[in-house]
Amino acid sequence: MTQLQINGQTRTVDVPDDMPLLWVLRDELGMTGTKFGCGMALCGACTVHMDGAPIRACVTPLSAVVGQPITTIEHMQADHVGQVVQQAWVENNVAQCGYCQAGQIMTAVNLLKTQPAPSEQQIDDAMSGNICRCGTYPRIRKAIQQAAGQLAQGSKQ
Amino acid sequence: MNAPVRPSRRGFLQGSLGALVLSVTAQGVVTTAWAAEPASKAFGADSMPGGTVDDPLVFVSIAADGTVTIVAHRAEMGTGVRTSLPMVVADEMEARWERVTVVQADANEARYGNQNVDGSRSVRHFLMPMRRVGAAARHMLEAAAAARWSVPVADVKAAMHEVVHVPTGRRLGYGELAADAARQPVPAPETLKLKAHADFRYIGKDQVRLVDLEDIGRGQAKYGMDMTLPGMVYAVVARPPVVGGKLRRVDAVAALAVPGVLQVVEIPGFEGAPAFKPLGGVAVVARNTWAAMQGRAALVLEWDDGPNGAYDSTAYRQTLEAAAQAPGKVMRQAGHAAQVWERAPEAQRVVADYYIPHLAHASMEPPVATVQIHKDRAEVWTSVQNPAAAQEAVAARLKLKPEQVTVHVLLLGGGFGRKSKPDFVDEAAIVAQALPEGTPVKLVWTRDDDIHHDYLHTVSVEHLQAVVSPDGQVQSWLHRSASPTIASLFAEGAKGQQLFESAMSAINMPYVIANVQVETAEVAAHARIGWFRSVANIPHAFAAQCFIAELAHHAGQDHRQFALDLIGPARKIDPGTLGDTWNYTESPERYPYDTGRLRGVIEAACQGADWGRTLPKGHGLGLAFCYSFMSYTAAVVEVAVDADGEIQVVAVDMAIDCGPQINPERIRAQLEGGAIMGLSLALTSEITFTRGRVVQSNFHDYEVLRHQASPRVIRCHLVNDDHALPPGGVGEPPVPPVAPALCNAIFAATGKRVRSLPVRKVA
Repeated sequence: MTQLQINGQTRTVDVPDDMPLLWVLRDELGMTGTKFGCGMALCGACTVHMDGAPIRACVTPLSAVVGQPITTIEHMQADHVGQVVQQAWVENNVAQCGYCQAGQIMTAVNLLKTQPAPSEQQIDDAMSGNICRCGTYPRIRKAIQQAAGQLAQGSKQ
Repeated sequence: MNAPVRPSRRGFLQGSLGALVLSVTAQGVVTTAWAAEPASKAFGADSMPGGTVDDPLVFVSIAADGTVTIVAHRAEMGTGVRTSLPMVVADEMEARWERVTVVQADANEARYGNQNVDGSRSVRHFLMPMRRVGAAARHMLEAAAAARWSVPVADVKAAMHEVVHVPTGRRLGYGELAADAARQPVPAPETLKLKAHADFRYIGKDQVRLVDLEDIGRGQAKYGMDMTLPGMVYAVVARPPVVGGKLRRVDAVAALAVPGVLQVVEIPGFEGAPAFKPLGGVAVVARNTWAAMQGRAALVLEWDDGPNGAYDSTAYRQTLEAAAQAPGKVMRQAGHAAQVWERAPEAQRVVADYYIPHLAHASMEPPVATVQIHKDRAEVWTSVQNPAAAQEAVAARLKLKPEQVTVHVLLLGGGFGRKSKPDFVDEAAIVAQALPEGTPVKLVWTRDDDIHHDYLHTVSVEHLQAVVSPDGQVQSWLHRSASPTIASLFAEGAKGQQLFESAMSAINMPYVIANVQVETAEVAAHARIGWFRSVANIPHAFAAQCFIAELAHHAGQDHRQFALDLIGPARKIDPGTLGDTWNYTESPERYPYDTGRLRGVIEAACQGADWGRTLPKGHGLGLAFCYSFMSYTAAVVEVAVDADGEIQVVAVDMAIDCGPQINPERIRAQLEGGAIMGLSLALTSEITFTRGRVVQSNFHDYEVLRHQASPRVIRCHLVNDDHALPPGGVGEPPVPPVAPALCNAIFAATGKRVRSLPVRKVA
């Protein structure tokens, strides 16, 4: 039996140590917000945070996350930066099919937490691991810039 | 408004344009003319399985608390139709959008009309039926209120979720009226009063967001991949690496020893043409997806590769290039293109061959289906574009009637044409059959599966040759396509493109040229060739639009002006006179080829890009345009190419004329997304074959456009919002002009012609 810290809660699973976190989340814990897109850390759809840093859950085995705080898309509503980013995603009508957007948001949240006023280049560098086949990149950029602006205003109050 | 199901009513368009008559002149030249025909041919929506339904009792129900539930019968794969069509109903019935709940329909074309989300037809075919649904519901609510008050119907008016008695101001909410309204007779379609455009609240107003938008951002939206049921098991399939290959031997001992693996199930391969049948192979069933994948990796497999085992895309390109040089099957002929070419001096001849490789759809969600079989019935949960095809495939597989198979349609993480084929649902049914009754199984395609076993976009060599006289007039035009046909899915050995493929921007070009010949070469398919967002428009428009730029350059003229002159003045052309008797199944009378609208999108894109301005060194503008799926699109791309040949797309101007603009915000989204998909196929994407096998397997070798390569600026120009026009498609039309516009921009920037895709770098 393995204990995990997911979104501030202790969860227990009974699966082999080498099972990637992606499938632990989706199949064992029923948390389907984190998506399967490639299985090889090439597309970013499976992005979660481990101790605040973005990781690709599809190639991160269970053994690597034991004892580490994991946050998933399901927790972003309870996170200040997450809320601002989600709201910017809504206001800019970013999504088309939406399948990649959880991963995009997780990466964007981490970007804004580590780089509150990102340049265009920094946005590109941070986001280029997240593929969108529908082509929502221009709106993702706009939403990140809007969220950065709102967070900057908020921090001045 | 909950009442017993009424028989659905269908309208039938009376086509008045007649049949194609072929007449052969003394020189053996084939020309076409129209002749009268009985006015009973079904076009467009009426020619699709299921037709259309406009019965309000099918699509609308109102609860006592006033909640209006509207059925979305078309699957959602990112175009927004799950929102847009219910929005149309809500507008016509004067429902407040915030009081509306949308429910997704199960597969049932007899009840809802056609449900196959492909061909850019959802708004095109269902705008008017959904307007009629909303208007009928509004009439019934007004009739119920009038009856309740014993006043004339003319004195009441529905507005914003209530009906008002105008003389006295009395009002009743929709919730209070619901039961009475449902008992009203459904008005006959000819008595319906549709709203005047000035009265639209939501149609064309960008007031409505996607119904799933917030759920998507929270990770709560449910896709086919997210289906979960108690006791559900998971399956992945090892498939023959070559299309048409067969399993020779499988050793499953190691696979069955993997913890979590439950059993293996053989899936039979197909005989004859592949159609939508499973490829065959061995499924590994396990307690979770990971164990199923591990189990599959442990299978020891031997395959007989079958007839396509030697398919090599490099060698096949040579086959296509040779076929493109020899006379092919004539699809359209006017004048004497071959003779004019023969007689023309070398200086007046322009010739070019273009190569467009196989492409994979690569939706972010790979194909997936969940099936659960009970005695005498089956239940399916999947993300498919064509729910009825999935229902039929599962019913046939399980020897049930379609009515015994319930197909629930979840959100699709992209489709682009892949998920209208129900092969993966059929696979899930086969595996479910091998399990204890009532055990649900989710059959998952990995990314590798998706890339290796896609219904690929075809591969093409497009040959173009033209004579341009010294005054810059194009005297003759020959376009020959060498490309395996989609028809090879259904007829073994079918060779060469069919009419419907040629009629996607090969035959149906409207240019003012006296001598025109369009041909297809007979070449065989060695892969499963399917429909990829905008289909044969991709290679045909790539070649033709690049070629027009080459002709303009040869004539020493500005490309935009040359193209406008070639198109000629604004006029409506009967597509039949261009040899196009397909016209996307639409009535040629209702949907003529309107060159004025084509000119309009070219002007909009060019104005947006400030065509003709002076550009920095290394920058260039390129133009291309296309008529597809009843809409007109144009793209102008600004490219910057550095000294190393590295390409940067600086900006794209996308223009569309799709007639009435129902959800402009979603139209802009499709223009943006289509631009990025067009740039993807131009710059990065290619599927190749060696020894019958697809070489690529994931996003490291099948590359698609990422953030950093995507243009910073995409300007969208929505042209000619005209509700007097019948609607055109939006999902596919943005794609075809983008790759040729890019390559024309590269030429403008560097003087180098790109005739082969993808162009990763300028040599």
